[in-house]
Parts: sequence; structure tokens; C-alpha cells
Amino acid sequence: MNLEYGPEYEDFRAEVIDFCKEYQGISFENTSNKNISRSEWQKILIEKGFIARAIPKEYGGFGGETDIIKSRIIATEFSKAKIPGGMGGQGIDMLVPTLLEWGTEEQKQQYIEPTLHGEMIWCQGYSEPNAGSDLASLQTKGELKDGNWVINGQKIWTSTAQYSQMMFCLVRTEPQAPKHSGISFILIPMDTSGIEIRPLVDMTLNAGFNEVFFTDVTVPEGNIVGKRGDGWSVANSVLGHERGSLADPNATMNRLNTLINMMKEETIDGRRLIDIPSYRDRLMQVQGKVMANQAHSLRLLSSKINPGQNVKLGGMIQKLVGTELRHEMEALAIDVLGEIGTLYEETPRLKENGSFQFHYMYFLGLIIGGGTNQIQKNIISERGLGMPKEPKVQEAS
Amino acid sequence: MYFGLSEEQNQFQDYVKKFLSDNVSVDEIRKIANGDDQKLHEDIKSGLMNLGLSSLLIPENYGGLGGDLLSAVSIAQGLGTGVGPISFAGSYVMAPIALSLGGNDDQKDKYLPKIASNEIKFGVGLSEYVAAREDSGIELSKGNASGKALFVIDGDDADFFILSDKGGTMFIVDKNEKGLEIIQLTTVDKTRLYLELNLNNVKAEVLQETENNPYVIQKVIDAGRIILSADSLGASETMIEKAVSYAKERKQFNRVIGSFQAVKHMCAEMAADLEPCYAMLWQAAHSFDHDPDEARLQACQAKSHIAEVAKMVSKKATEVHGGMGFTDLLGLHYWFKRIGLNRQILGGPELVREEAAELQGFNQ
Repeated sequence: MNLEYGPEYEDFRAEVIDFCKEYQGISFENTSNKNISRSEWQKILIEKGFIARAIPKEYGGFGGETDIIKSRIIATEFSKAKIPGGMGGQGIDMLVPTLLEWGTEEQKQQYIEPTLHGEMIWCQGYSEPNAGSDLASLQTKGELKDGNWVINGQKIWTSTAQYSQMMFCLVRTEPQAPKHSGISFILIPMDTSGIEIRPLVDMTLNAGFNEVFFTDVTVPEGNIVGKRGDGWSVANSVLGHERGSLADPNATMNRLNTLINMMKEETIDGRRLIDIPSYRDRLMQVQGKVMANQAHSLRLLSSKINPGQNVKLGGMIQKLVGTELRHEMEALAIDVLGEIGTLYEETPRLKENGSFQFHYMYFLGLIIGGGTNQIQKNIISERGLGMPKEPKVQEAS
Repeated sequence: MYFGLSEEQNQFQDYVKKFLSDNVSVDEIRKIANGDDQKLHEDIKSGLMNLGLSSLLIPENYGGLGGDLLSAVSIAQGLGTGVGPISFAGSYVMAPIALSLGGNDDQKDKYLPKIASNEIKFGVGLSEYVAAREDSGIELSKGNASGKALFVIDGDDADFFILSDKGGTMFIVDKNEKGLEIIQLTTVDKTRLYLELNLNNVKAEVLQETENNPYVIQKVIDAGRIILSADSLGASETMIEKAVSYAKERKQFNRVIGSFQAVKHMCAEMAADLEPCYAMLWQAAHSFDHDPDEARLQACQAKSHIAEVAKMVSKKATEVHGGMGFTDLLGLHYWFKRIGLNRQILGGPELVREEAAELQGFNQ
């Protein structure tokens, strides 16, 4: 056991801390005197190698080596200094790694740099009304006609579709092939005619998602990534990435501290919530889980830099455990606030901007999204514990 | 940076696991639990002791290996996997730490080398300092101790006992001392023995550094809690393994029950909740060894959280086995009971969580 990162990394940490001091208080709001645009900030971070580290310079990245410890130091110090991190989103987190692995040289040149700079926003066109957990049964159809893909069908749960310039989309191009090998990965400009976006309001009352309809949407043949029928493999090479990134252990610890502070401030009959034994016991239970997860994330980090360290199951459980824990934590905040905990949106006596209710619902969304937690349990039991798959059922006629 | 057990610690754990799986099947555990085969029990104990368990935490200058708590955790996990029917937490972890931190030089000279060489054995009774149940509790007066100690850990074959008064002053009592009555308690887990001690003006040898200094007893309790958690973690690991392999073999409705999602999901839930416990446990042990500011909170939280997860595992793993899980024939209940016992010793989850809250100033 050795929890030190070593002098090289402590030097790096000092460098990051200096950087944070230099940019203390920067803001993307026009009202601030330290105003900067998101895209400018993104470029500064890339130049320093704080983001896009391992992406080659020729595609607009920093051109260095992946260094997971440095990434962790950056995340930690930025969070401490309350400095905004780099942009995320499906373009940067999912499409860029996909293109680096599967894209043609031309596609890499065309898409990676503007995506990294935040000038090209992407949305993901995977799920369909009848293809949720069973994503590979998707039916949006793509036909090659006169050197163009002509696409018809519907996508759902499409976050950020309304702001996006581009969509990476799974389309059935080989209807005769078995379901997993009949799919292609196609890039679609969102201003193509025949695309209709309808906002989908979720239980938090935000229109975080959209439905996207395609009617004879036509894009060039060269917009395919990988070969015809490779789409499932192309998409899966990055899905794992999304699952890993959903639960951030630092965010969970910060949220626990928000909860603790709230329980020290709010009172019942003049008594602090944290002084009420039943509330306190639930808080301590949640704290135990958060501590276990913090330690677990260190073990996972260690396994990434020490080849041979066995954490077979360790990575597979993150999405399941992380989302359930956050949901439980927000539920506790609501319960200890009682009636006050039900306040939402704009109202007198609202606490923490209503974020406890919002996150309580939002994390229920994450329990369902990104591969439902029931699907996660299938993955853990089948791939982690070696248990057999459910036998295929004959299709009912 | 490396977060985990070292190669050496893993190896040590593997020796313990291998010894138990080679020599202590469920049949042997049953014989020992029923007290049917004293010779067998002695052979198993000496086999395990030959691996060096008694000298692990004794400092090198007292003839031990000078190991740290994380090394002891690696052993305790191994013992838990096979419900090792042997003393460990009290005799070979808490006692050496109590003597090393609380004893004066004479006391260290007198006891530590003999623990290492397995010539003497200590039982440890600190339950009253954590939470005095019923009429328990001990008063020290002019070098004599009177009162009762309940749930003394590792008391079988003990030559000496380390006990404490209500204020945390620790002392040694010789088992042959006049006025000491030793009573065996029968818990659900018959693979380990717990004692009640009645002391009537018994001569007590006070551990000098523990007088008016609760630091030592707290440290000893932290260590005990971490080791008991490691034992439960090991036991949980085995229960999941047994449940998964049973589910892969047992057939109903013309298919192995492990292909039903109802069963698979129970297994996944057990695995998902247990997995972070490894890291939590190792971090608590690491903090015990290197980061005193964090150590007590982590020991409390590890004791509580692992007890809760282990309880869930012990229930679900039994359910996966169906009716067979409920039988004595399969013997799964020995793991179930070990987990149930460890949960309560040195503070059940609610008590240690309250302690964790107090440490952070949460209850005023």
C-alpha cells in the first residue's frame, strides 16, 4: 500500500495549483470582469495539457500520453479551487475516442478539432422507442442511394439534440443480416432537411431529452464510421467509457458535504437535524457507503497504473453502485427536510435551489439510463461472476 | 502509487486460505463446533500457528515479524473465507498492540516474546468499554479488579486476559489468579469461544501507559474492529462464491437456476456491495498504520458498513441455496453465524456509527 503519487506528480500538482490561482474567479458570464468564452477556456486547457492530453496535436489535442494520475490531480485541484473544468458532452467524451479508433484520416481531420474546441456539439442517436435495453433491435433504416445514405426512422432520449451541429447515429443498413451485424455508425449534420426535433420533458420538468424524427434524411456515403455493419462494435468500443464516467467519486463526496452542512444548519423545534439520532444514523450509513466508494475508486485508479492488479469486478459495479448511492443520498436530504424537502422550482423557503429534489429524480433517471441497473446486474453476473445468460425465448407470433 | 495488498500480503493470505481449504472442510468445522474432536481442533490450530500468526504483530526486537495491521487484515480475510476455527483478533492482534503501546519495558519483555513464540496466549475483554451490557463492568482499586467482563475474545486456552476498567485503563489478569471465575458463553458461532469473566478482588497488573490515557484502548479497539471486519469480509467472499457455484449447478425448470435473473441479480447485488468493502477495509488498516487522524473514523465506518453488507450477503447467499441453504448438512450456516457474531462484537453497527458521528462532532 502506497498512497503517494511521488515527487514528479507533486510537482505537477503544484503547477496545477498555480494555474488555478492565476485563473481564480474566471467566469463565462458577461457580468464578470474575468469573463472568457467557453471555447477560449477550452483552448487554454488543451494548450496546458489539462484536457485532451492524449489526443494528437494534428487533430487539435495536446499530443501527450494518457496519464490517469495527472487527470485525477487536475480534477481534484480544479474542484477545490472551483475552477471550471473542460467541456464534456457526447462529442468530446464519446465521439472523439470513437473517431480516433475507427475514423478515416479525413474524418479525424474534419471533426476532432472543432469538437475539442467546443465549436461542434454532438448528440448521440442510439435509443429508439422500441430499442431500449435491447438496443441492437433498433430499426431506423439507412439505404444507400446514388452515393448517399437515405435515413428514415426515429430516435429517442437524445440529449442536447436541440443545440447540436452533428449527430452520431446507429442505423440499420443491412436488414438481412443478424441484428448485431446489420447496424452502421453514421454521422449526420443536424441541419439536414428531414430532421425534426421534439423536446421530451422528463420528471424533473426539464426538457433534457428529445425525440428526433428522420424523414428521407440524406447524407453522403462517406459519413459512415467503420464499415457497413460494423456499427455495433464501433458504438460498443465507447459505451464502456460512458459507464465509467457517470459516477464521479469526488462529486459524491462534495455532495455529502453539502448534505452534512445542511443538516447542521436546518432545525426542528430549534434542534439541528444532525442532532436527531435517527437522521444522524442514516447520515452515518450514507457516509460509510461514500467512504467505501472513495476507497474503491483509489483501488481502481491503482489497477490502471499497476498492470497485474486484479480488480475484475471492480469496474463493472461503478455505474450500479454510484447511481444508487447518489439517489439514496438525495432521498435522505429530502427526508430530513420533511415538508421543506418537497419544495421545488421557484418558491419561498427553497433549500439549495431545490437541488435535492432535482438530483433525487435526476439520479433515478441515471439508474435507468446508460444501461439500466438491471442490465448492469446482468453484466456483473454474466461477465463478472460467470453466470449463464438467460436462454433465448422463441419469438411469440 | 499502489492501493491494495502487497504481493507478500496476498501470498500470506493465500497460505491461510489454502491451509483451510485443504484441511478444514465443512465436516471438520462441524466436528470442531460440536466439540467432537479435540485432537483435530488442536492439529488445525497448530497448523495455522505454524504459518506464523502469533508473531506477525510482535515488534522485531521482541522476536516477532514486526508486521503492520494491513498484514494482519490480509490474514484475517483468509481466516474468514474458511471460518477459521482459531483465535486471531484478540490473541494475536489486540493483545500485541495493547502490550506494545500500553506496556512498560518490563511488561513488553515479559510477554511479547512469549506471544511470538506461542508459549503464552492472551484473551481480550474490552466489551464493557464499548458498551457495558447488563451487570458487566470492572472497577480497579489498589491493584485489584472486581466486576464482570462479557464476551472476552479468544479466551479459549488463554493464560492471561487483558481487560479494562470503565475509564479505559487496561490490565492483565493471570488465569490462575485467585478470585477469577471463567464461564464459557455459547454463541451461535461455535467455531470460536467467548467467555464471561467474574472477578472478585483479583490481582491486576496495570498496563502503565494506559492509565489516564484512552488513546491506547481506542487504538486496540480500532484494530479489533478492523480485524473482525476483515473476517466478515472473507466469510462474505466465500458465501458469494458458494452461492454462485451452487446456482451454476442446481437445475429447476430444466435449466440451472443461475440462468434466472432473479437469482443472477441477487448474486450481482452481493458482489456489487461487497467489492468496495475490500478497499474500505484496506484503507482503514492503512490509516491505522500511517494516518492516525483518519484512523478511528475509518475503523468505525468500516466496522459498520462491512457488518451491514456482510449481513445482506449472508442472507441472500443462503436464499440462493434454497432449502439446502437452511440445512446443517450444507454447513453454510457456519459462515452466516460467523458474520452474525462479528457484527455485534466490539460494537454493532448503530453503536459504532454513533461513535463515528461523535468523532466528527455531529451530536451535541
